[in-house]
Amino acid sequence: MRILKYVAVDILKNKIVIAYTIMLALFTWSAFSLEDNAAKGVLTILNIILLTVPLVSVLFSTIYVYNSNEFIELLVSNPVKRGMIWKALFTGLSASMVIAYLIGTGIPLLIFVNFKTALVMILSGALLSAIFVSIAFLSSILTRDKAKGIGLSILLWLYFALLFDGLVLFLFFQFSEYPIEKPVAILSALSPIDLCRILVLMQLDVSAMMGYTGAIFKNIFGSSWGLLLSFALLLMWLIIPFCFSLRMFKKKDL
Amino acid sequence: MIEIQNITKRFGKLTALDRVNLRLQKGECIALIGPNGCGKTTLIKSILGMVIPDSGDIIFNGKSIKNDNAYRRYIGYMPQIGRYPENMNVGQVLDMVKGIRNHQTALDYTLYNLFALDSMRHKKMRTLSGGTTQKVSAVLAFMFGPQVLILDEPTAGLDPIAAEMLKEKIIAAKNAGCLVLITSHLLSELEDIVSQVIFMQEGKSVFHKNVQQLKLDTDKETISKAIVYLLKMQAS
Repeated sequence: MRILKYVAVDILKNKIVIAYTIMLALFTWSAFSLEDNAAKGVLTILNIILLTVPLVSVLFSTIYVYNSNEFIELLVSNPVKRGMIWKALFTGLSASMVIAYLIGTGIPLLIFVNFKTALVMILSGALLSAIFVSIAFLSSILTRDKAKGIGLSILLWLYFALLFDGLVLFLFFQFSEYPIEKPVAILSALSPIDLCRILVLMQLDVSAMMGYTGAIFKNIFGSSWGLLLSFALLLMWLIIPFCFSLRMFKKKDL
Repeated sequence: MIEIQNITKRFGKLTALDRVNLRLQKGECIALIGPNGCGKTTLIKSILGMVIPDSGDIIFNGKSIKNDNAYRRYIGYMPQIGRYPENMNVGQVLDMVKGIRNHQTALDYTLYNLFALDSMRHKKMRTLSGGTTQKVSAVLAFMFGPQVLILDEPTAGLDPIAAEMLKEKIIAAKNAGCLVLITSHLLSELEDIVSQVIFMQEGKSVFHKNVQQLKLDTDKETISKAIVYLLKMQAS
């Protein structure tokens, strides 16, 4: 716990997190004041958030972990559990990303949108922040080279944010003669960003405009079971990459 | 005090440590000597738990160091090249290690005062010269009254006056019953401190002898001459 204190103080001194909070707040407030109804505002924010939140989380965390090399080295030769160092770094980083999101986007959401939609969006955004911190930890432990690590992080973000969507869409058109709505719905669980997008869309009434697919999606993700299952999947996305990185960190030679 | 049992460490194809067996006793000052890349630093880092050996075990005070970290409380470590968080200043680094160690008894500030680090408390670590960074490392190694001192090239980069101060401190620690493990290429410097010599080559420990024994065996009057003699013997 003492380590966490030093990590937290160090992140707070870093102005990037503050700049990120202000940027999120600016996006959200301006989206709500520009659109005439709140539902449209939510859609605009959703699109911005699904791109920026993962990108900032993954990039900032990767760079931060690499820059903490000296800090880690110094602590490892002291009577401190190795796992604790990694966990403290993770807790510090994901907490700061989540808090930045809550302040920047969470507050205006609670003011402008109905409570349930706001809650789903806040939860999924907060989870998304932590998930991409977790992915950043995995990619920064996989390679010793900082440039490669950052490259890997950007690639993973690109894949989840853009490429995966394209792949799903491609499948959708290729097999449009067949009833593939269900497989596609399951497939989308393989990307945390898509999962979040669907979760929030189901809270809005736009799913009605998506026709038959929308109806199936609503069937799967709209129910409270679907909601729970989706959040469980998101939690897995958070835990699994981090646990992998933790195991590797415990065996790493410094 | 420290028992190294058959440890092996490979980095890819390179075998950095090859079935090393050593017993390090309390109150000794042991010089770890060998050519570059013979595995000295890897051995030290294995003792500290920074490098995890592929096989074998290290016993510290009768307990295996695997999955343990409390034993590091008794070790003072001075790295070859000290790397510290760049955006912290000297005072913050010292305070952080103090905070993490949470040491109960009085702290040893002799070196801190001798090196006059108080005047540099507010300097950032990245602005420090190599020698000053070494001073910070030395202060940290001695601060918590360790039972074991592990010093990797301690005097490299220090000015002669600081090196002399550090040497006196090492002798004092040894006389107080501390186990001192030292690596250095400046053999002449070790002359009056060292009581035992471990000679390593290509990841193997070639011998572990008392200084008198070494001098007797090689028929030389100083450690440096004895080691140079041995190295030449091996080359021919």
